[in-house]
Amino acid sequence: MLLRLLRRTAVFLASLFVSSIAVFTFMAVLPGDPARVTLGVNASDSAVQQLRDEFGLDRPLVSQYASWVHGLVTFRLGDSYVSNAAIGPQIADRFQVTLWLVVTGMVIAVLIAVPVGTVMAIRHRRLSGVLLSGLSQVGVAVPAFLAGILLITVFAVRLRWLPANGWTPPVVDPGMFLKQLVLPAFSLGIVQGAVLTRYVRSAVLDVLREDYLRTARAKGLRPGQALVRHGLRNAAIPVVTMLALQLATLLIGAVVVERVFVIPGLGSLLLDSVANRDLIMIQDVVMVLVVAVLLVNFLVDLLYIAIDPRLRAGAS
Amino acid sequence: MTVHSVELADTAVGPARRARGWNASLVVGGLIVGLLIVMALLSFVWTPHDPTLVNAAARLQQPSAEYWFGTDKFGRDVFSQIMVGSQTALFVGIVAVGVAALVGVPLGIVGGMGSRWVGETLMRFNDLLLAFPALLLAIMFAAVYGGSTLVAMVAIGIASIPNFARLVRSGTLQVMRTEYVLAARAAGRHPFGIGLRHVLPNVSGLVIVQMSVGFAIAVLAEAALSFLGFGTPPPTPTWGRMLQASQELLWEAPRLAVFPGVAIAVAVLGFNMLGDGLRDYLDPKLEDRR
Amino acid sequence: MSTANVTASTSEHPPDRSAVLAVRDLSVAAGQRRLVEEVGFTIHAGERVGLIGESGSGKSLTALSLMGLLPGELTATGSARLGDHDLLSGDEAALSQVRGKDIAMVFQEPMTALNPTMRVGHQVAEALLIHRARTDRRSAHAGAVELLAQVGLPDPAVVAHAYPHQFSGGQRQRIMLAIALANDPALLICDEPTTALDVTVQAMILDLVVRGVEQRNSALLFITHDLAVVATVCERVLVMYGGRIVESGPVLEVFTRPRHPYTQGLIATSDLAVVDARGRLATIRGSVPPAGEFPAGCVFRNRCDHATQACADRPPWTELGDETGYACFHPVTHSRRGFDD
Ligand SMILES: Nc1ncnc2c1ncn2[C@@H]1O[C@H](COP(=O)(O)OP(=O)(O)O)[C@@H](O)[C@H]1O
Ligand code: SF4
Ligand SMILES: [Mg+2]
Repeated sequence: MLLRLLRRTAVFLASLFVSSIAVFTFMAVLPGDPARVTLGVNASDSAVQQLRDEFGLDRPLVSQYASWVHGLVTFRLGDSYVSNAAIGPQIADRFQVTLWLVVTGMVIAVLIAVPVGTVMAIRHRRLSGVLLSGLSQVGVAVPAFLAGILLITVFAVRLRWLPANGWTPPVVDPGMFLKQLVLPAFSLGIVQGAVLTRYVRSAVLDVLREDYLRTARAKGLRPGQALVRHGLRNAAIPVVTMLALQLATLLIGAVVVERVFVIPGLGSLLLDSVANRDLIMIQDVVMVLVVAVLLVNFLVDLLYIAIDPRLRAGAS
Repeated sequence: MTVHSVELADTAVGPARRARGWNASLVVGGLIVGLLIVMALLSFVWTPHDPTLVNAAARLQQPSAEYWFGTDKFGRDVFSQIMVGSQTALFVGIVAVGVAALVGVPLGIVGGMGSRWVGETLMRFNDLLLAFPALLLAIMFAAVYGGSTLVAMVAIGIASIPNFARLVRSGTLQVMRTEYVLAARAAGRHPFGIGLRHVLPNVSGLVIVQMSVGFAIAVLAEAALSFLGFGTPPPTPTWGRMLQASQELLWEAPRLAVFPGVAIAVAVLGFNMLGDGLRDYLDPKLEDRR
Repeated sequence: MSTANVTASTSEHPPDRSAVLAVRDLSVAAGQRRLVEEVGFTIHAGERVGLIGESGSGKSLTALSLMGLLPGELTATGSARLGDHDLLSGDEAALSQVRGKDIAMVFQEPMTALNPTMRVGHQVAEALLIHRARTDRRSAHAGAVELLAQVGLPDPAVVAHAYPHQFSGGQRQRIMLAIALANDPALLICDEPTTALDVTVQAMILDLVVRGVEQRNSALLFITHDLAVVATVCERVLVMYGGRIVESGPVLEVFTRPRHPYTQGLIATSDLAVVDARGRLATIRGSVPPAGEFPAGCVFRNRCDHATQACADRPPWTELGDETGYACFHPVTHSRRGFDD
């Protein structure tokens, strides 16, 4: 078990290292001259040189990389080339907003997917199962931002139940916060839920075929009881994997949904930075997103060790 | 998941399967995809109107015999734009899926045939790549090089590599355990020959299915990219940009969101269904496990 | 062996032995394809009956249909009475009351039959709790530990706390047996419980099964393709081929004087085989066809050396005595060692 933990940790750290190199190479090395990219082709040479001096862009790449990573680890990310505002606090601020969106979206997705997927699996031979399956297929085909636009059309424009966009922090006005959260969170949740539903269905179908489920029934458990007591824990393993893998999609889906609902999250920050050609900000935001995804996947690996005694014992 | 050739899988299941009759996913998915291709090809030679022609006199028209889906705020014909938008969707899909398959399939085969260490390293690399979804890659590309069709294609293609590599690797691992491969290895055949003669043909079914599903993913990602303005630049119409433009007019003309939205959803649905249908067709035993 | 002996053993069911299980016209079908056809037999209280036949004969499907645990795509028809219950009624609520209490089963594959994420003791205790043999967790746990001790697992308290992957196949099969015996079932079905195990472990498991059912006066339906096992474990045997019962009777009778050519072939190919008059070891030619591809009429026709035109019709059941008989137009005669001397 200890060995497994160590190995997972090593893989996690290695992933962080490799992805940081990739992001750094992409954003700081490949553009050739970040200062020129930032200021644009029309900027004077002296202005470009000034920016270079200011941000140490003439230093060797290795030392630039080292100070970037140091900044990431200590979360002292320095200032933006463009706005000269401190990057760290901005990212932290925006990340909170995105986190609300992603977590609520994921909860909605799970609340939809687990019951619906299970029913689809149990009834997969019946009409109801086939119809649900078709419905989830349609859900999968709708991107989150489209769902957002459609939800706005129905619930904000037609019915006027909820605001079409905007964001209020929960500490400022909890009621408004919730009202504004509903539509974007559902845009993410419905779509992600449709995707997840199909994984729940196939995981439950797999578990229903397992010998130990037959043993459970042979003891006298009803099909539903057997599934709940013996199946769901085992079906959870592939579903949780999927959930973790989907986190990247969900985070990136949030970027677009934030644009639809005009929400000041990490996604809006990223898109604004692209518009402003703020390379260092982009580099940091991208890295934060990647670290978040890798971290969650790492935590899920640890979770398996808790769920599955075979892993806990270190047997492979 | 099995990787038999089609005949093998068919006989294993026998008459029960054939009696079940037609494969609805395959037919409906194939029809949608076929229609999409016809529409894209047709749009090169004919559209009801010039999709980029600004006509102030015909702003925001309701659907009519003249403008089937109505017009946008510049008086451009929505139906014609949808038709031309399918070009971009398919073109980006073809290149992205091509890139992903060309890189992912060999990677998967090597990962499945090589040593355990090679395979594990590949899978870790795959996991890593999964932390960079198409949109994130595209934003990085676009930040440095600006948005373009090429950026969209390359970003989506790279982000789709893990899907192919993972699938092909697991297929390869199974083929490697079959008796004919064991025999070929015992006979001292070169791994490259085994890969080409035995593994590739046997995983091709999986690859075809994944290509169809990959197309769906590409259409979704392309739409998101052009929605954000990182894809094909104006004036070429794309479904994503049509949606983006519709947003400010949701109060007056929600249909401007509905038509491109439906186009995206139907196209994605078509490719997903085609993929499902192909999977059933190529390996009927999997029918219940989608 | 004398004629007198045979008649004695065929009609010798003590009157107090009531039928535990009565199966009539049991058929199992996958859509149009019949996998098990019109099977009928009776098992009396405390009786140990073997069900033999090559792989693919329909033994497992017969057992699973009695448990009501056929895979969803298969349907069973006919009747199977266990006490007051009809096992084929399809009444899920009623059946789950019976399953694990009055009828229990040990499956062929011990490695996958236990839930990998649940402690062994919990899995045994669950069987006690479901049917209210114990009502609180603590005493159910104690009951589980005791059952684990009964099936010969050393340190049962430790075993109860462990997970299935920590045990070998033989040990897991003991755990399965503990679960199956938990509620003293009237009928225990074992489907090739030792096939997946080492030969050395086999004998111990068989011994446990026999002791377990004897102590509880449970009836046993023991499925195997190993005739030697049937000879040691069972009193009576049913021979199955192509989804039908082709011969049945007391073990000694059937094994020494098989009437059906298929039974004869089975014996000839088994460990019990004796070399025939010319010194050859016989085998059954050909192999078991896949389900649905058995010939019409007598299912054994395409592999049988005695087959004639008549065999294109379905051979009727020839009753020799209580629960003894065969289905063949040209039964093997045993003139030299049998009735005629
Ligand atoms: N779920 C199923 N669907 C279709 N055919 C099946 C199914 N299960 C078993 N069969 C077929 O039924 C026949 C009898 O199977 P089984 O009862 O498992 O045989 P045995 O236990 O005697 O080896 C076999 O030919 C098998 O292929
Ligand atoms: S009925 Fe005919 S074919 Fe069948 S076992 Fe008897 S002799 Fe052989
Ligand atoms: Mg069997």
